Amino acid sequence: MPADGGIGAATPRREDVRFLTGAGNYTDDINMRGQAYVAFLRSDVAHGKLKKVDTGAAAAMPGVIRIFTGEDFEGVGGIPCGWQVTDRHGEPMQEPPQPVLAQGKVRHIGDRIAAVVAESLEQARNAAEAIVVEIEDLPAVVDMKKALEPDATKVHDDLKNNLCYDWVFGSDDAAIEGAFSKAAHVTTLELVNQRLVANPMEPRVAIGDYASHSDESTLYTTSQNPHMIRLLMGAFVLGIPEHKLRVVAPDVGGGFGTKIFHYAEEAFCTFAAKALHRPVKWTSSRSEAFISDAQGRDHVTKIELALDAENNFIGLRTDTLANMGAYLMTVAPAVPTYLHGTLMAGCYRTPAVQVNVRAVFTNTVPVDAYRGAGRPEATYQLERLIDKAARELGADPIALRRQNFVTEFPYTTPVAVQYDTGNYHGTMDVLEKIADIAGFEKRRKDSEARGKLRGFGINCYIEACGLAPSHLVGQLGGRAGFYESATVRVNATGGLVVMTGSHSHGQGHETSFPQVVADMLGIDPSMIELVHGDTSKIPMGMGTYGSRSLSVGGSAIYRATEKIIAKAKKIAAHLMEASEADVELKDGQFSVAGTDKSVAWGDVTLAAYVPHNYPLEDIEPGLEETAFYDPSNFTYPAGAYACEVEVDPDTGKVEIMSFAAADDFGNIINPMIVDGQVHGGIGQGIGQALLENCVYDETGQLLSASFMDYAMPRADDVPFYAVDHSSQTPCTHNPLGVKGCGEAGAIGSPPAVVNAVVDALQSGGHKVDHIDMPVSPARVWAAMNNA
Amino acid sequence: MPQVSMTVNGKPASGEVEGRTLLSTFLRETLGMTGTHVGCDTSQCGACVVHVNGDAVKSCTMFALEAEGADVATIEGQAAADGTLNAIQAAFQEHHGLQCGFCTPGMVMSAAALLKENPKPSEAEVRKYLSGNLCRCTGYHNIVKAIMAASGQDVGAIAAE
Repeated sequence: MPADGGIGAATPRREDVRFLTGAGNYTDDINMRGQAYVAFLRSDVAHGKLKKVDTGAAAAMPGVIRIFTGEDFEGVGGIPCGWQVTDRHGEPMQEPPQPVLAQGKVRHIGDRIAAVVAESLEQARNAAEAIVVEIEDLPAVVDMKKALEPDATKVHDDLKNNLCYDWVFGSDDAAIEGAFSKAAHVTTLELVNQRLVANPMEPRVAIGDYASHSDESTLYTTSQNPHMIRLLMGAFVLGIPEHKLRVVAPDVGGGFGTKIFHYAEEAFCTFAAKALHRPVKWTSSRSEAFISDAQGRDHVTKIELALDAENNFIGLRTDTLANMGAYLMTVAPAVPTYLHGTLMAGCYRTPAVQVNVRAVFTNTVPVDAYRGAGRPEATYQLERLIDKAARELGADPIALRRQNFVTEFPYTTPVAVQYDTGNYHGTMDVLEKIADIAGFEKRRKDSEARGKLRGFGINCYIEACGLAPSHLVGQLGGRAGFYESATVRVNATGGLVVMTGSHSHGQGHETSFPQVVADMLGIDPSMIELVHGDTSKIPMGMGTYGSRSLSVGGSAIYRATEKIIAKAKKIAAHLMEASEADVELKDGQFSVAGTDKSVAWGDVTLAAYVPHNYPLEDIEPGLEETAFYDPSNFTYPAGAYACEVEVDPDTGKVEIMSFAAADDFGNIINPMIVDGQVHGGIGQGIGQALLENCVYDETGQLLSASFMDYAMPRADDVPFYAVDHSSQTPCTHNPLGVKGCGEAGAIGSPPAVVNAVVDALQSGGHKVDHIDMPVSPARVWAAMNNA
Repeated sequence: MPQVSMTVNGKPASGEVEGRTLLSTFLRETLGMTGTHVGCDTSQCGACVVHVNGDAVKSCTMFALEAEGADVATIEGQAAADGTLNAIQAAFQEHHGLQCGFCTPGMVMSAAALLKENPKPSEAEVRKYLSGNLCRCTGYHNIVKAIMAASGQDVGAIAAE
């Protein structure tokens, strides 16, 4: 481990001190002078016509400042969608409007009917309860298959039907049918990737503020990408030019995707602050979060694998229904398509792969990206299917995977993407060691001696991170650029401020990003401060999601620092009366090769701002550089995971006995932070596999709307994890050689758990091929006793 | 409105509250001590844990008036006056027991209560004790390690880095 706090050092996090002492500054910790409070009246039915919203009595209640309804937002823009998918016939997806407050209809539990602004939160809530609403109930569309039936009630009256798009991607019909027609064996699996709720521990908060003297609006919000919110809300909803709109995302208590999106509550608070000339604050309760935060996953899939007589994969075909919920959130259409279909080849050289996805509107809370976003769904299908194929063929599940691994790079898959580098045998080799696969049979016997069934489950994943090459995204329907920005500002006395468009909400950027700059300049990381999360302070940046911060944002910092070094060398050359080409920078010291001449970093930075002895005829004073980095490809982290479970045959309860993860993230900046990211992803993946389930009844009522009903993983549900990222194939196309690590754990873990449970049941003689997640005791017990 | 008075981190604190005002609201809104967080409304997540007369309490589930005259300790009072972290806080930093930091105040306060009643808890005992504190970032690995390390146990032998 480097001792200097540079690249590769497990430096403790500097942000920890404020979080450990209660000094964090989360959005709800911000209180503006004279602020008013918002309470939303939300629909308690999933689908209905708004017949009457009578605010008269409520408006007269103590403390009420104003009550807003949909009428107040006529002529105001709706919440925009940032990605347009083109369907199999070349037609654009159906794209319904999403008003800030409901107009005419409510379309899901939690849809916003009215908003009360009052002097106190209690007064706002009391008045919201006093609003008289008449809703004519309409049949709720909840099940995706039923939603696509010809006579199904339409979620949006102005659309043709409930189909957002029907998308086909990858190999053509002739290639895929050719593969299946010559198959020696075909394995088929139908499965559900259940709906989840992201549940960052900090609920969402929005505070709108307006300065009439300058006509400037400010929004403080729990966001992963403040500039994207500024662009979407300013340009598409409220018509506020960007120079009159500031968006601040201070300390944010976890995101996991659900804080990417632009939400109506943000637009409402900004709008109301300007209308009322007062700061307006909304803080979500957890109950409200369950019915207003965009949810995740919710795919129903049939997948088929064709193998030849030597067990080579020759064809893969999938048919997926993906739930969009009632409205399209910011990147929702891209999740089941370009973040899912493009990864369907996995780590394998299957020559023909075709993916079909139909996205469906239902009367449920909108669905969008949640940690992994499409890639967990792809991995889960494929890796459950391969396990089933291995069992049907009597093949070893590891050997079957190894036999079909991609081994030569770059490799272009039938689903468009090009893996630049990787070593799937390498991560599997590591896994076989850290999971002690050799010792499994003994452990199984020990478990059996205790009356338990023990199972071993394997999984290999690949993901596409580092979103994304802007030109490619544009071709695929993305309505934004996906570069990242950085400004490096060197002060006269040698300290630096790095301003990044990435946003840290737990990832430790304030520690790891300065490690990169410190390493490049050879100075102490304590001389470097990181600024993020405020559009008034940072260059236009695209934020944090899709494990992109280091590979794209870090690369922008790298490029800006390169520019700093290039200019600093010019200054140093002048000070040393040497040729610029001979100047070297090492350990914060500029020197001239082959001489004893040298100047310190601080001498050069001082000269830049006090240019008395300075080459003013050649270069400007000052030392500040900005870079925008647009990646040329995605990055492709990959790895192999293993899970061991014990199943109690009397109750069906599954206990995770061990979990091992071997990842290839390319180069590593801070291994301690990387380990932590993997731990957290595995925890969420185990949560999906064993516990979590977002359930609606047939009327669209949400049955799992609190932590009492939605089973979050707790400390005693999970074991210590063995993680290893020593198998490294650096990314070939970004300057740091990094790939991203934020989502791997959540992508790689669910199939390993379910594969292990099926293996355990099979070892007990139960002919169980598959159990849908969450693999709860009731489901396991039923599978054991029906099979 | 009624007046409530208590001691918070060794200093007298008082204010006007409604009968329904929660202790967490009193700390955050009346006293401006925003280190105590509210992550749910069903007493499940534990981000709001403080100590009341030495016992770990979910401050979102206690009325401020119930703390009349009580000795309340919060995350803001855990470090020394000069900012030096206490043993639990230091272990959380050393072992990367926090990421976004939102659950952290409750985790630290729960850990302190645990170690007071069980100075050398086993892994299973730590996990059991934390079942009322949710974390969405860490998968609990480094939180459990940090608490065991704070109790003086050699965690290198218990779980790999």
